[in-house]
Amino acid sequence: MTVAALALENITCTFASRDDRSQRYTAVRDTTLRIAPGEFVSVVGPTGCGKSTLLNIGAGLLEPSSGTVSVFGEPLAGINRRAGYMFQADALMPWRSAIDNVMAGLSFRNVPRHEAHAKADEWLKRVGLGGFGDRYPHQLSGGMRKRVAMAQTLILDPDIVLMDEPFSALDIQTRQLMENELLDLWAAKRKAVLFITHDLDEAIAMSDRVVVLSAGPGTRPIGEFAIDLPRPRDVAEIRAHPRFVELHAQIWSVLRDEVLKGYQQQLTAV
Amino acid sequence: MWKRVRPNRANLAIWQWLLLVLSFLLWYALTSPTLLPPFYFDDPNKAAFFFGEPQKVLMRIWDWFVTGEIYIHLWVTLIETVLAFAFGTIFGLAIGLWLALSPLASGLFDPYIKAANSMPRVILAPIFGVWFGLGIWSKVALGVTLVFFIVFFNVYQGVKEVSPVVLANARMLGANRKQLLRHVYLPSAMSWVFSSLHTSVGLAFVGAVVGEYLGSARGIGYLILQAEGTFDINTVFAGILVLTAFALVLDGVVGVMERRLMKWQPKSGETEKL
Repeated sequence: MTVAALALENITCTFASRDDRSQRYTAVRDTTLRIAPGEFVSVVGPTGCGKSTLLNIGAGLLEPSSGTVSVFGEPLAGINRRAGYMFQADALMPWRSAIDNVMAGLSFRNVPRHEAHAKADEWLKRVGLGGFGDRYPHQLSGGMRKRVAMAQTLILDPDIVLMDEPFSALDIQTRQLMENELLDLWAAKRKAVLFITHDLDEAIAMSDRVVVLSAGPGTRPIGEFAIDLPRPRDVAEIRAHPRFVELHAQIWSVLRDEVLKGYQQQLTAV
Repeated sequence: MWKRVRPNRANLAIWQWLLLVLSFLLWYALTSPTLLPPFYFDDPNKAAFFFGEPQKVLMRIWDWFVTGEIYIHLWVTLIETVLAFAFGTIFGLAIGLWLALSPLASGLFDPYIKAANSMPRVILAPIFGVWFGLGIWSKVALGVTLVFFIVFFNVYQGVKEVSPVVLANARMLGANRKQLLRHVYLPSAMSWVFSSLHTSVGLAFVGAVVGEYLGSARGIGYLILQAEGTFDINTVFAGILVLTAFALVLDGVVGVMERRLMKWQPKSGETEKL
């Protein structure tokens, strides 16, 4: 077996309230998740089930209460230097223009300015924003900001790409465009991708494997499905593929109960 | 006719100046010993004695600048103000960043910062006079204590309000601690700092003038104090007007810097009528 690009082993993550130590919340319990190099894995689950927690643990932004994280066989300590992270919320630095945002990672690594600038320019063109380099984030639309964020993450050529519902705030057309762009970029580079989403269609259309998480608290994986759809895919067209419909039905039958459970919990919590 | 001349966006500046002229005219009308019959004071000269006369105030200012008498005083007051402003801002920035990024230090110093801030710091002026003498440094010190806290609290707040997502993103992009400070915390705090700098300019002036007022041999505060000693109300008002004008200039300089450095901030857009 090859060494996993990212391996989360028996992860449990419990949050304790700062004011009252007895108030605890276990977001994730005994979760194991392995992603092979070059594999595109999506994680789906009901809202508030701890998907983002898993991703933050993989990124090294959050330390698990127990369990181990290893990156290409090495235990992870601190920030995961081999991973790029695309956030759900706007994460661009508002005081930097689009091109300065894209080249931020390179300049943090002390790459010479002209070199970084040329590379950032190339990436902006690749995400279709060639002429927008000098705009500030507030001057860009939501979809454009996501493209800048994508360029900002991928310019560093990370071996692992972590994505936290990156397109959830976009309208459906922009979203499909961006999904296809991401698939093209991924097909060219073949990086390990851990993609978090609540949208099952998106998960199936893009991934090699879909992992279904149970409703929180104490989330754990309850189902794993290999997606054997042909590549290259077009996210809009693949939805009509008979195998897609079949997979969708299978996964949804598992996911539905969890979604209802999560919904019930939210209702009773009020 | 009224439709054309009434205040709108285009002629706002004209109206602002007109308002100034009008208030001077009103001032003149109410204080002139001869123009209106006295309606409050029993003596027609009393209004001029208490409130000064604008034409004399303006003549006084004119004299000051023509004879060059004021330049040394103005220079001293301005240099005190600028130094107080600069030192106060630098200390405020440095200590604000330090305490905001070090929870232990901020926990330790918290009650002392609160105490120092709630103390009326103008009472320190005599002490600074003893420590730093009657030259400019005692005034600078007083100004620094006033400016420091304004900048400090704004930097502290600015750093605390850094978006956690932007911070996490910068960390994932590989920023080390120094780079986070330079590229995330500082720019994020700057918008708070600039809004505080407008207040700080005024307070730096307060520090300089109050300091001069309490003991000095030069400066606008000294001029005002001298004039007050001889009941020369026109000179007092002249000093106040000169101070106000220069405070406005300094505030404008801060505004220009703000616009240059903060151009990344969204401004509420306006549609253009075609």
